[in-house]
Order: sequence, then C-alpha cells, then structure tokens
Amino acid sequence: MSELLAARTQMGLSLGFHIVFAVIGIGMPALMVVAERRWLQTGDKIYLELARRWSKGTAILFAVGAVSGTVLSFELGLLWPRFMELTGPMIGMPFSLEGFAFFTEAIFLGIYLYGWDKVSPRAHLWAGIMVAVSGALSGLFVVLANAWMNEPTGFTLVNGQLTNIQPLHGLLSPAAPTQVIHMTLAAYAATGFAVAGVHAIHLLVSPANAFSRRALRVALLIGVPAALLQPISGDFSARHIAEHQPAKLAAAEALFETRTHAPLTLGGWPDMAARKTHFAIEIPELLSFMAYRDPAAEVQGLDRVPRADWPNVPVVHLAFDLMVGLGSYLVLVGLWVGFLAVKQHEFAVERRLLQALALATPMGFLAIEAGWVVTEVGRQPWIVTGVMRTEAAVTPMPGLGYTLASFTALYILLAFVVSRLLYGLIVQTPTDDEWHRQYTPTARIRA
Amino acid sequence: MTSGTGSTPQRRGSVPEVTLADGLALVIVVALNAYVLLAGADYGGGVWDLLAGGPRRVRQRELIEHAIAPVWEANHVWLILVIVLLFTCFPAAFSRLAITLHVPLTLLLFGIVLRGSAFVFRSYGNIDDRTQRRWGRVFAIASTVTPLLLGISLGTIATGRVTGGSEGGYHAAYVAPWLAPFPLACGVLALALFAFLAAVYLTVEADGDGEVQEDFRKRALWAGAALFGAAMITLIASGDAPRMREGLLQSTQAIGVQLMVAAAAITALLALWFRRWRIARVAAAGQATLMLWGWALAQYPDLLPGTLSIRQAAAPAATLELVAGALALGALVLFPSLAYLFRVFKQR
Repeated sequence: MSELLAARTQMGLSLGFHIVFAVIGIGMPALMVVAERRWLQTGDKIYLELARRWSKGTAILFAVGAVSGTVLSFELGLLWPRFMELTGPMIGMPFSLEGFAFFTEAIFLGIYLYGWDKVSPRAHLWAGIMVAVSGALSGLFVVLANAWMNEPTGFTLVNGQLTNIQPLHGLLSPAAPTQVIHMTLAAYAATGFAVAGVHAIHLLVSPANAFSRRALRVALLIGVPAALLQPISGDFSARHIAEHQPAKLAAAEALFETRTHAPLTLGGWPDMAARKTHFAIEIPELLSFMAYRDPAAEVQGLDRVPRADWPNVPVVHLAFDLMVGLGSYLVLVGLWVGFLAVKQHEFAVERRLLQALALATPMGFLAIEAGWVVTEVGRQPWIVTGVMRTEAAVTPMPGLGYTLASFTALYILLAFVVSRLLYGLIVQTPTDDEWHRQYTPTARIRA
Repeated sequence: MTSGTGSTPQRRGSVPEVTLADGLALVIVVALNAYVLLAGADYGGGVWDLLAGGPRRVRQRELIEHAIAPVWEANHVWLILVIVLLFTCFPAAFSRLAITLHVPLTLLLFGIVLRGSAFVFRSYGNIDDRTQRRWGRVFAIASTVTPLLLGISLGTIATGRVTGGSEGGYHAAYVAPWLAPFPLACGVLALALFAFLAAVYLTVEADGDGEVQEDFRKRALWAGAALFGAAMITLIASGDAPRMREGLLQSTQAIGVQLMVAAAAITALLALWFRRWRIARVAAAGQATLMLWGWALAQYPDLLPGTLSIRQAAAPAATLELVAGALALGALVLFPSLAYLFRVFKQR
C-alpha cells in the first residue's frame, strides 16, 4: 500500500468511525430533552426513566466521540501537515468555533449526566437543551470546514499560496448552506430511526411494553420530520453541485459524456477505461430535470474534466445510489408513520410498520457513511478543490502502514466493546410486566 | 536559524513590541495551563488508581472515579482548544510539530483514546466485575503513559529539534529528536507533576473520609518528593536543550520564576504536612502554573526554539484578528458555563 493510500485510509477510517458518534451526539440529546420535557409536562414517570436510560448509552457514545474527535484534530496535522500549513488560517476558524461549541457541549453533558440529583429539574432540562444546541453547532462548524474544502473561497491563490485571505468569507463557502442542512437533517433522521428501530424490535416481542411505546413515539418525532425533509435538502444539494462541483455530480451519476437530456443512472458498474456504465438502469431525462429543472438541459460529464482529475467513479456512483436508496426507504417509512399519526393510530400494534422500522435501524447511519464517501471521494484528487492535491498534502514520514494497522485494531476493539455495552443496555429495557402493571392503562393493550 | 540569532539580543534588552500573535500565543499557554491543572489532575487520578493499595484500596478508587467523572470530558477540551488555536494561528509550527513528533503524538492519541473509553466502559457498562476490573486497569495504565508522552512532546520542543525536516533517514528525523535524555526527563516530570496535583486535590475531595484523606496526604508528600527528583533530573539533562537551560537559569527574571516555583512547592508541602488541604491545593496549582510559565518565558519569543519565532509562524493578521474576536465571544459563553459546572460538582 502506498503511503498516500495508507494516509487516506487512516483518515477515512477515523472519520467514518467518528461520524457515527458525532451524529449520535447531535441526535440523542434532542431525544432525551423531548422525553424529559414530556415527563415534566405530564408527570408520566416512564418518560423520566426513558431519558435516564438514554443518557446512560449517550454517556458511552459521547466519550468515544470526544476521544475519536481528538484523534481527528491531531490527524489533520499528523497525516496532512502541508494541508494544515497552507489552510490552517482559513479552516482554523470554523474549527476554533467548533472547539467552543464542543466545550459547551461537554460541560453541560457533565451536568446532564451527573446532575440528576444536584440541580433542579428545570435547570436539568436546560442543561439538556444546551447539550442539544451546542452539539448541533459543533456539527455545523465542522461541516463549514468541509464545505470550504469542497468550494474554497475568501482568498487569492498566488503560486500555490493563499494570499489576501478573508477567513470570515471562507466560513461561508457557497457549499455551506446545502451541506450544513443536509448533514444536520441526516443526524436527526439517522439517530431517530435507529432508536425507533431498536424499540420497534422490542415491541415486536412485547407489544404492550409501555416503555418502548413511548420511546418509539419520541424517536419518530425526531427522526421522521428530518427524513421527510431530507429529499428537499438533497434536491438543493444536487442542483448546487451540478453547478459548482460538476466533477462530483458526474462521478455520482457515472456520467462520462456531457449531454443534453441526461438520464438518471441507477446502479450498474462504471468502467473508467471504457467510459461506460455497464448493467445500469437509466431513467431518461431525469438527471437533466433534477439538476436544472429542464429535461433538455445539458449536464456536464467527466469528459469536461482532465482524466488526471477524475475521482474514483465506481465508488462515488455506488455510494451515491446507496445513500439515495436508503434515504428513500426512510422517506417511505416516514410517510407511513405520518399517515398513521394523522389518523391517531397506535404505532405499537402495526406489526408491519414495526418490521419496517426494525429493518430501518442501521439505514440512516449507512446512508450517512455513503453520503460522506460521495462528498469526500468525489472531491479527489483534491484535498482542497483546485488549490491543493491530496498527494501534495501528505506527511513525508514513511511507514504510515503501521500507524494505519494499529488504528484499525484500536477502532475494531472500540467498536466491538461499544456494541456489546450498548446491546447490554438495550436488552435491559424494562420487561413488559414491570411497566405493564404500573403504567399502561389496560384499554391501550390491543395486541 | 536566522530567527534564533535575531531574537536572542532582544530577549534581554528592552521589552520587545508585543503583537497580536504574542497575545494569541499567550492564550495558547493559558489553555495549556488549564489543561495541566485540570486534565493533568485527571490523569494523575488514573495513576493513583493504578497505585491504589492498602486496606482502603476500593475507597480510594471510588473517590478518584467520583472526582473525575463529571468533569474529565470538559477538562479534556482544553487540549483540543490548544490544538485548534495552534493550527489556526501558527500553522507552520503545527505542521512541523506533526511531522517531527508523529510517533509520540500518535502514541499520545492511543493513550487519550484508551484512557477516555476505558473510563466510561468501566463506569457505565453493565458488565461483570472481571471485565470491569480489566477496563479499570486499562484506564489506569493509559492515564500513566499519556502524561509521559505529553511531557516528551513538550520537552522535544524545548530542545529545538522540531524542524519538520525529513533528512537523515527515519531514525534521525522521526525518532532521535524525542528519544533523548531531556524529552524523556520532561516526560517523567509531567507524570510526577500530574500525580502530585491529583494527590493534593484528592485530599480536598476526600473531605469527610479522614482515612482516605490521610492516604492521599502520604501519597502527595511522596509525589512531591518525586517531583523534586524529576525536576533535578530534568535540570541535569538540560544540556540537551541549551536554549532552555539558558532561558531557565541565566536571566534575572528566570531566576525570579524559579524562586517562586520553589516557594510554591515548599508552601504546598508544608501545608500538606500541617493538613491545611485548601492551602496545599492552591500552592500546588500555583507551582504547576509557574513551572509552565517559566518554560514559556524561557522560550519567548520563539515558538519552536531556534527555528521558528511566534512572529514567523503567525497566520495572516486577518485570521488572528478574527480568532481574537471569536475567543472573546467564546469566553463569554465558556467561563460562566465552566463556573456553573464546577459549582455544581466541586463545591469543596
């Protein structure tokens, strides 16, 4: 493995690992706050129990997120010192702001997790709200840095150096609005559906479990609206990159040739040598319509991009289709939930819905990983589009394969342990009988 | 090397012009100071977890866990702040550090990851006692190794060998700079300092449990002695870091700082001896703070001694001004929040 590939793999691994915990750090506080507020409003103790139990799992996930995030802040330099030397004054800004947001998040999470008996219920709820808000802001700032890498602004490039820099302008890359909205919605959708899925599985086993019924409602309240808004945000993103990052869209759509009436290409295997996509399903004119709202519009293909500047087309294309496919599934399930909610139907008795939700458990997270592959691999061979190539950014230190191997081992260990601990917490959800006797009105048990 | 020769006379002469870059370097040292006083003590807590012994072993460990749990994540963020400020304001220095110190910093990350994860796995997992003990062990060992690596990395900076160069092969460029007497001595110094801080703080935390309090008093006194020994070893090894040696010993202001460190150290030990816990805590924190600032002053105005001054490494003014503004705004949120956190959990 070349040093560059080792460095890229390690960065990808670290980001792919951290993104899961970062997203949970955005989503879970929202769920906990909703549950806790319901408890304060209704006095229904199950909601309190729910918030407490969720906070246990969140504590584990947040800690792993914090330390894996630390790894990333160092790795920016350890793996890409030239990149940081060049762009630190630009992307350092969002990271500095993220530092403060993360600080606030950590402080109030400490109060939230350990302060149940030390602060008033109202102060406790506010601590939770602070965690949720600063968690979302942390995500926003990190995505701002990434948006700048995709569409750098706020400087003049002279001999490979950034001069006349305006960091505030750099914070607001044209890619920022679409990326921030898309990622934030994704965080709520993924977390909401994952938690909903877990409780749907519980309800399939014991439909009368009042604990899981409430958990399901709270999780869907966060997950479903986000999932339903995501296609709109995705549409904005697609139209934006059609104009500003045409190479990425061409790779995502495996569009080798610039053409009018461009079809939407589903699946298949893009052959970069033959410049053709085998075995794909093509929907005529749909890509032109989606990118420009005109079925006849011209969409730029990879032929407009020098061959040396192509990203890996099969990876980007299949990751894109995977993201869209998974997202579409969540939308369909979300619509189903919305329909039942309007009819004020109890979700817990709809076995088919519960099965569909159970199936959806990992989908939001898989979609996030896939979407992140699209935006990162789709930018290659650039680390900062048009400014610096990834190969020029990598550290001169040889032997990165060893670091990669040890980090891989570490992350596998952590993933294994976290999964086991979470599984322990999840299966421990109160049994049917416990909550049934105390809290479920008999009339509600229909299944 | 031009910066080195250019900056040396300035150091002793009239007060050099202070720039915004200097101000931001100052903020970085303040953040590092907070990290040492707060997170340093959390690491030290892990060291005492590892060394817990005697009939009250379990109570000692419980006290440590209780003291660390609500605050360690917030304390840890000071390090992240140091890193982001460093790469935003002094990107050239960050790049060189990341190249020359790749190996110890990577090991440091392993320490950080294992310490933090093992701590929550131990406290939160619904796992059997044996597994829990095993994670406790990982937490304690990682807490002991990480300060060593932190000290080694900071010590290497002081030697002036952080150049970011890749000449002379792997060993010469990526191992020899830090695998040397002075950095290693600094590693031991950091470990002793963190253990000392933790033991002193824990005497206050143990209020109400006299026996455990006495345990930590004894430990604090031993750690104080170890800290003195480590400081002497560092001094002896400082031939390896001539600039640092010169900066620490040869100017009147440096001697002044050294005397203040000594005074704080003696106060801390006397206060421990006479069981004045709160005075000991203040004095120990003061001692650690003065040690750090002594180092920073000895290095000023260089960021990487001999090769890169604060001014040379500084990002463009536009960035520095914006960061300064962001820091001011951030502080408005951060300090009240921190005050609240410590008021809720650390009233003693």
